[in-house]
Formats: sequence, structure tokens, C-alpha cells
Amino acid sequence: MIELDNVAYSYGGGELLSELSLQLAPGSFHFLTGPSGTGKTTLLKLCYGALRPTAGHARLFGTDVRNMDRDAVALSRRRIGVVHQDCQFLDHLSLAENVALPLTVAGEAISGQDQNLRELLGWVGLTSRANARPPELSGGERQRAALARAVISSPEVVLADEPTGNVDWEMSQRLLRLLIELNRMGVTVLIATHDLQLIRAAKSQVPARVLRIVNRRLQSAGVDL
Amino acid sequence: MSLQTLVALARGDKAADRVVPPTGFTARLTVFAAAVMAFLAVFALALSLAAGRLATSWGDELARASTVRISAPVGQVAAQTEAALRLLQQTPGVASARALSEAEQQALLEPWFGPDLPVSELPVPQLIEVTETSKGYDAAGLRLRLQAEVPGAVLDDHARWRKPLVAAAARLTVLGWVSGLLIAAAMGAMVTLAANAALSANAQVIAVLRLVGATDAYIARAFVRRFTLRTLGGAAVGTVLGIAAVALLPSGDETAGFLTGLSFRGWHWGIPVLVPLLAAAVGFAATAVAARRVLGGLS
Ligand SMILES: Nc1ncnc2c1ncn2[C@@H]1O[C@H](COP(=O)(O)OP(=O)(O)O)[C@@H](O)[C@H]1O
Ligand SMILES: [Mg+2]
Repeated sequence: MIELDNVAYSYGGGELLSELSLQLAPGSFHFLTGPSGTGKTTLLKLCYGALRPTAGHARLFGTDVRNMDRDAVALSRRRIGVVHQDCQFLDHLSLAENVALPLTVAGEAISGQDQNLRELLGWVGLTSRANARPPELSGGERQRAALARAVISSPEVVLADEPTGNVDWEMSQRLLRLLIELNRMGVTVLIATHDLQLIRAAKSQVPARVLRIVNRRLQSAGVDL
Repeated sequence: MSLQTLVALARGDKAADRVVPPTGFTARLTVFAAAVMAFLAVFALALSLAAGRLATSWGDELARASTVRISAPVGQVAAQTEAALRLLQQTPGVASARALSEAEQQALLEPWFGPDLPVSELPVPQLIEVTETSKGYDAAGLRLRLQAEVPGAVLDDHARWRKPLVAAAARLTVLGWVSGLLIAAAMGAMVTLAANAALSANAQVIAVLRLVGATDAYIARAFVRRFTLRTLGGAAVGTVLGIAAVALLPSGDETAGFLTGLSFRGWHWGIPVLVPLLAAAVGFAATAVAARRVLGGLS
């Protein structure tokens, strides 16, 4: 699905990631952890084509990002649901419209009555906030909306960057269950988080691999989790 | 631009239109500038068409009425007139030549000398009216031959005063069209600036749209459609005002002068309708180019 092959990345200074390889096989469930600033967000951006490796190869669905123009990246983005770390929204649209945005830009007609949309808003507990504008939402509500937006178009892969950073334990379990549910239906999931409790909770429900960025490279985390 | 693009543009897509936030100030400025440009364009058009009409009518009427004047001792006038007519009929570019009758000459002189002038008894020159073919004759050559064969004949081809006027009118026509082109270019520049500003101000929106899989074409369309409709709307208002202003100009006979003839005639009233359409086309092209450039830069 998504493959990083001997990838290096630097923002201009020293290399943040180097000789890093990762394969997200179809239906796999991965956690990416490590202290803040080690490059989790950067690695996710490499996985959805927002950044291009400074060395090595990143392949999205078999195609090297190097050979993809912006339109090709955009089209592959429709097969990848992304929960951005700072949950960017369009502030002039309602929450429901924001959640449905991936469908809108793909040219699919949607209405406020759309069954999928309502179910999804119900799952993340935002039914009553459907008509609110993003600036009126709390941090937790924004994260739930971002997750709903990432999964609404039935993507093959979900990349979630700290999806539970601002929500309480109960809600984080709920969001996790949504992702596990999707994974059982075959969706490939990668969650970047520094929340070890969340990882432990997940490991009891799903065979997840836990990766850690150490010395600019990926390592499998031990059983100590 | 494909037909499909045009259809999509005309039909619109409510959801797609909404993904770009409304920008009140830029929008109003664009509409206002489009209206002003269209207003000016209508005037340039009226000027150009009026000057064109003058150039044509002066050119046509005056070019077809040169005269040959025969001033000779009374006894020789008839013979020289004959000779001049013969010569004229053989001259390439002369469609016809006709000696004015006494009555016609009298009518010509009447405004100056009154109705009782005995033309036949006065040494009034005989006039020959020469009508040119559309190609015209070689005035210098004709003059030389007349000089050689008909000593009393003088060719008056009006060229001395007519040509600069016709040339000026023709030049004015061209200037009118050039002004139209410049107005279109200014409109393009203005829309480009406005579209650039709107695109740059919405970098964050563009980033979100890309995050959820919007292609450049999709993002560009949202902006292009908006700016095309704005220029179309603004230009339509400006055109209506421009036509009204032209219609309200005091009118006069075309011969009364250029200033009172500065209005549309007949089907020419339909031409300004093209102004908003052209403005929309310019707005479309300018925004499309700006969008391609800005989206190419924001990656
Ligand atoms: N756009 C950027 N330009 C320059 N440096 C950046 C940029 N984004 C992130 N960084 C730096 O790269 C490092 C890793 O950032 P990030 O990938 O966000 O780590 P994490 O998600 O693990 O906290 C940080 O030191 C950060 O300051
Ligand atoms: Mg991060």
C-alpha cells in the first residue's frame, strides 16, 4: 500500500530521518511512537505525499512519489484518510460540511441528510454540533471531526497524527474502536501517538505493530509497552 | 478550454463554490473595476464606430466627386470641354464624366450671387463632374495630360483638404479599437492581481483542500468561476450604463458633425453586448493563469 524504502528527510538542516524503511501492508495496524520532535509527523507526511523524501523512495500504491505530479498525489490522497495533527478545517463551512469535504472535492453529491455522514457524526459524538463552525469547537471536538473527515470517504489507508491528544480517556477509546472497526473491515491504519496507554489498550484488541523512531530510524518497540 | 469546462463553469456546483470562502472586499473591487472598464469600452466602441462611419462616408462621397474646371476664352469653352470629356473617358479609374448644365451651374452659384445671374453671359468656368471608380484614378497623371491637351482645364480632386480628414477619421477608428484592446488588457491585469490576492489569502484553505484530495483543477475552478462571474456581472452593469450614456448624447444629423454623430446606429447597438462577454472571457483566462501559477508555487 504505502512503502518507504531507505528514505531520508531533512528540512534543510541536518537529516531528521535517514535510511528509514517502512511497509504498510494491506490491513495492517501500526502505531508510531516516540518523544515529541523525533519526526513522527514528518514521517506521516512522507506517507501521504505531502513531503517528498530527500533520498530514497516513497511509494504510494505502488507508484514512486517522485514520478507523481500534484494531481496524481491528490488522487492518491482520496484513498488515504489523513488526520492532520492540527486538524485544519475550512472555517467558513459548518462542521458537517467539513466532515463531508473529501466527498465534495471528489465530486460526490452529499446532503445534510446523508446516512453515512449522520452515522459517523453520531459515532464521534458530534451530532448536536453538526451546524457549528470549526472556530466554535473545542480541541477535542476538532479532533473527533478530523477523524470523521478522514474516514468518511471509505479510504484504504488511515494515517492519524495524534488523533487522541485532546480528548478524554473515554472518547479516545471510542475513537480507537472506530479505527479498529475499520481495520477489521480491511482498512490499513497507522496512528502516530505518544500516548502509551492508548497503545496498550489497542494491543489487547488488535494485532498492532508498534514502531519507534530511534536515532533517525525506525525500530520495533519491545514488549515493555 | 474545453466545452466540458465551459458547461461546468456555466452550470456551477454549489458545493464546489462554497469551498472557497467569500471575499467581500476583493469581490466588490473586481466588480467595480469591471464595470468601469466596460463603461469605457462602450465609449471607445462608439468613438471607433462613429469615426469609421465618417471615414467611410467622407471617403465615399468626396472621392466620387472631383471636378474639372474649364476656364477659357468664351469661344473655346465648348471645344475644350469636349476635349476634356474625351480625355476623361479614356482615363482609367474614371467611371464617368459629365459637363454640368447651365441650370446646374446656376444652382451652384445661386447661394452666392442670387437667382438672376446670367451664367451663359459671364465668363464662368464650365464644370465637369468626375466620378471615380472605387480604385480611383491617378490624379498626377491626369493633371499632366490635361495640362498638355486642354490648357484651360484644372483638376480639382479635393484631395488637398479631404485626405487628411479621411486619414484622421481612419486613425481615430484604429485608436478606438486600440483603446478597446488596452482596456481589455487592463481588465486582465486587474483580474490577475485580484485573483492572485485571493489565492494567496486562501493558502490555508488550499492546504486543507489538498489534504482531502482536491486536484489543482478543482481548486482553480472554484476561483475561476467566481472571478468570471464577477467580471461578467460588473461588465454587464458598466455596459448598460455606457449604452445609456451614449444613448443620452444629444443627437444630430450625421453631417452636422462628428460630436453629434457619436452614437450607435442601427444594428451597431448590438455590438456592446459583446463587451461583458469579452470581459468574462478575459476574467476567465486571467484567473486560470493566476491559479495555475499560484497553485504551482504552493506545494
Ligand atoms: N516545516 C518545517 N520546517 C523546518 N523544520 C520542521 C518543519 N516541520 C517540523 N520541523 C522540525 O522537525 C522536527 C520533527 O518534527 P515533527 O515531525 O513534527 O516531530 P513529531 O511529530 O515527532 O513531534 C522538529 O524538530 C521540528 O522542529
Ligand atoms: Mg507531531
